[in-house]
Amino acid sequence: MQPKYNRFVTRDRNWHPPAYAPGYKTSVARSPQQALMSMQQPTASELTGPDFSHLRVGPYDNDLLMNFTQGEGLPQGERIILFGRVMDQFGKPVPHTLVEMWQANAGGRYRHKKDAYLAPLDPHFGGVGRCLTDDQGFYRFRTIKPGPYPWPNDVNSWRPAHIHVSVMGPSISSRLITQMYFEGDPLIPLCPIVQTLKDPEAVETMVGRLDMANSRPMDCLAYRFDIVVRGELQTFFENQ
Amino acid sequence: MMKQPNTQPVSEMMLRETASQTAGPYVHIGLALAAAGNPERDEEIWSEMAKPDASGEHIEIVGTVIDGNGDLVRDAFLEAWQADAEGHYQADYDLRKPFNSFGRTATIAEQGSEWSLKTIKPGAVAHPNGKLMAPHINLAIFARGVNIHLQTRLYFDDEVEANRECPVLSRVESDNRRQTLIAKREEAGGIIRYRFDIRLQGPGETIFFDF
Ligand SMILES: [Fe+3]
Repeated sequence: MQPKYNRFVTRDRNWHPPAYAPGYKTSVARSPQQALMSMQQPTASELTGPDFSHLRVGPYDNDLLMNFTQGEGLPQGERIILFGRVMDQFGKPVPHTLVEMWQANAGGRYRHKKDAYLAPLDPHFGGVGRCLTDDQGFYRFRTIKPGPYPWPNDVNSWRPAHIHVSVMGPSISSRLITQMYFEGDPLIPLCPIVQTLKDPEAVETMVGRLDMANSRPMDCLAYRFDIVVRGELQTFFENQ
Repeated sequence: MMKQPNTQPVSEMMLRETASQTAGPYVHIGLALAAAGNPERDEEIWSEMAKPDASGEHIEIVGTVIDGNGDLVRDAFLEAWQADAEGHYQADYDLRKPFNSFGRTATIAEQGSEWSLKTIKPGAVAHPNGKLMAPHINLAIFARGVNIHLQTRLYFDDEVEANRECPVLSRVESDNRRQTLIAKREEAGGIIRYRFDIRLQGPGETIFFDF
């Protein structure tokens, strides 16, 4: 197969958080000091990426209410649907791409051997999900709303409630890991990790919106979180 | 197209990319389940890119990630993307195939904070200018304190000629910096192993790419 040499829209590095953001202390010793080397002409190595349509995703992989105990017990917390559309910068849906997510439980505790926060583990909650987007680029998870948690940065830093979201997109050039925050959470503007972003509009791209129309009466609320990955430029001349 | 509330236009024509955030210290829960101490699902995307019946030279790659203080990063997560032995990217990820171009790994504290990949030596891939690029593996590094993943390339120290001719590697002006992209071959008990330590900051800082 002949690789496509389409280019992607240039990534705006002032829109994303900078590597060095001293308000987020761990970034200080983990940020390169040298300039990034610009790949003037991206190659097949950057313009291709894995296609996970043949990954065998389990029936409960996108259902965090069920997947840790296979339905033997339900987790504590507010039941929610998290859904949205993955599209590129031209508004084109990205079908069959892998969306992965992980989160703390309702008390803000992660099921991770290194998390020792006071809040207890929930015996019925693992905190991991994955699914492929459908033909129209939509993904969907069922979970509980995670709790905020304290972390050692400033003397009293708290993470807003958030879900970590990972998406591949059409190539490794579109690879993105972000965090979804919940609309209206007063901890969002106080968070040193959110503050690594300079532009308040960029913060808005990470906020999931309450969507009453997609909520289930007497069951769960819905939050919609659309994800925009880098767009592929159309080539002017198709020399097939 | 209907504009969704969390998508900001960059111009009349284009939406803004969703902003990046650090993968955090607990990235393993989502992307490296065993490393979090959690049960794995039937199929996981992990570090065995080549099974024994994959064609090509079987190699192991090991390395560390080192911060600006010279300390080992114990919570880094990495993704690899490479061509097969014939220089083709196998985009279709399928655990029933002998080789996959994509792999994941993480620095594991109990294993000396090293990451490792089981793979095959990639073949050369053509650059758009028509020349061949030296065999290489694209690596993305995610960690707590890394606000947007870092992208680098791993080359091989026993590909002297190909490395010299590589249109990407030869663009690096500094000899010292070019060395940061070259993995060192070491033979260990009949296994061909390459070592590639990634320095995030300071002396010997690895070259990271923007593309
Ligand atoms: Fe978190």
